[in-house]
Amino acid sequence: MTETFTLPNGLVMPRTEFTTSAGEKLLVPSGDREEEVQIYDLHKSFGTLEVLKGITTKVNRGEVVCVIGPSGSGKSTLLRCVNLLEQPTSGRIFILNREITDPDEDIDEIRTMMGMVFQQFNLFPHLTALQNCTIGLIRVKKMDREQARAIAQENLEKVGLGDRGGSFPAQLSGGQQQRVAIARALSMDPEMILFDEPTSALDPELVGDVLSVMRDLAEGGMTMMVVTHEMAFAREVANRVIFMDGGVIVEEGPPDSVIGDPQHPRTREFLARVLDPTHHHEGPSAAAPEPQPHSNPNRRKRSRLF
Amino acid sequence: MSDVTTTAVRRKLSPRKKAWVAQGVQYAILVAVVILAVININGQQVVNTFLRADLIESMLGWGLAHAFLNTIVYTVGAFIFGLLLGTVLAMMKLSSVGPYRWISNTYTEFFRGIPALIVLMCFSLIGVALPGFEFPSVTLGEFQLVSVKMSTVWMALGMVSAAYMSETIRAGIQAVPKGQMEAARALGMPSGMAMFRIVLPQAFRIVIPPLTNELILLTKDSSLIYMMGLAAGEYELTKFGRDLANSHANITPLFVAGLLYLIITLPLSALVRWMERRSDAGKK
Repeated sequence: MTETFTLPNGLVMPRTEFTTSAGEKLLVPSGDREEEVQIYDLHKSFGTLEVLKGITTKVNRGEVVCVIGPSGSGKSTLLRCVNLLEQPTSGRIFILNREITDPDEDIDEIRTMMGMVFQQFNLFPHLTALQNCTIGLIRVKKMDREQARAIAQENLEKVGLGDRGGSFPAQLSGGQQQRVAIARALSMDPEMILFDEPTSALDPELVGDVLSVMRDLAEGGMTMMVVTHEMAFAREVANRVIFMDGGVIVEEGPPDSVIGDPQHPRTREFLARVLDPTHHHEGPSAAAPEPQPHSNPNRRKRSRLF
Repeated sequence: MSDVTTTAVRRKLSPRKKAWVAQGVQYAILVAVVILAVININGQQVVNTFLRADLIESMLGWGLAHAFLNTIVYTVGAFIFGLLLGTVLAMMKLSSVGPYRWISNTYTEFFRGIPALIVLMCFSLIGVALPGFEFPSVTLGEFQLVSVKMSTVWMALGMVSAAYMSETIRAGIQAVPKGQMEAARALGMPSGMAMFRIVLPQAFRIVIPPLTNELILLTKDSSLIYMMGLAAGEYELTKFGRDLANSHANITPLFVAGLLYLIITLPLSALVRWMERRSDAGKK
């Protein structure tokens, strides 16, 4: 194992030894440029509630990873830790081999390389669709307005909304808003995009448009980490599926094995409930659902920000 | 059994008929009061007391327009000062640094709890009580743009209204969904930029109607300046009306001054109602 590695900007960085809570000794980060997201022994607690209990995983360049699991399993929290919207309690996270859990690292700069799409869209309501896409370019990347506008327009066209650039979010449907949110993330020209239940707040008939945009992105080679309840999408588009329950990764692997042929009883039980919701299944996690710090209890109901 | 209940109901008035009777009585009282008033009030006397034409004429000659303008200048200056200070105080209330929150909350409680008149009296005395201290003034060549009186009034009234506005603005900032800050940070914006570019513009949109109400209150509070020693050119509506009313022992100047306040405040409250209607419609 080498003791140093080189960042794309030529900086030579040391690798450091990290002892996990289980006592395992790791040399981090890997230094491999293909491993865009590296998570080592991630723990996160809200007060006394431990939501993540030691997550270790990696996401490679161009890979589409879908994170599935029951409400309260910690999958959204995991995603929010990856761009530091939640501060991890312990563990180390590297994005492009730069440690975001290191207080000396410039998280704002790393975030420009990492788009985020939210369940509730979180478009800026006082800005038009086009301005939502240009504000990051103009204010953060200090790009001139004309160039920013051209990039934003191009991305709006990519999500099928080239003619709605002048509309305000309140004038768009939920599905259109979410596609603008994807265009906003794309406009920053990110290395990867994180999706936090992107279709959970949408009316059922609007889900398809958003998923097809995401499918196009995946085919274009974008690195994606997607927390989702859409099993058909995960099975079709994902390179790898992570099943989480109770704050740990229970099972991970190619979709055909995790979703198609699950090995762990908890995965089987979850999939049985999701794929056939009318059938009543008895099981330990059905009897005692975990508390959920983030997830919306009315997740399946229609909810709008504006 | 059923016969008994039917007759019992028939004997009393039905609720609807009761309501008709009550309404009829109310109209009858109103008509009676108006008739009595018309018979008893001497119209000429009313006009002589409240709207004497020659006095209105002399008010116009004596600089009513100037006083009207001064009221607006005092009010707007105090409002701008209060808005800036109120925004700073609101940010302090939301600061993660404890002492900022305590200072800001203490400020608000203090200035909301004491009469504006006392603050104004203190400020107008500072120049005398504190030798060598003077409020700033701005002179452009020959023309004095901002007098010492103006800056005194702006600061005194501005500091009082900042206490109210800081609470309004704080509530406005907190009414912006948390996801807005998160989305801005996720784009790579530093927290200050996210606050100024994303959160504050939305917060101000929310607080414009209550801030306009604050402007209306401030317009009326500017009348408190009447107790300061003012030169003739510095008179505002209340002082102007009071001086003339006292010297003529007639209410007309005060009545006219009051009407002029309405010229400022009524359009403002119409504006607030319009904005509230518009934002209600936007929510649907």
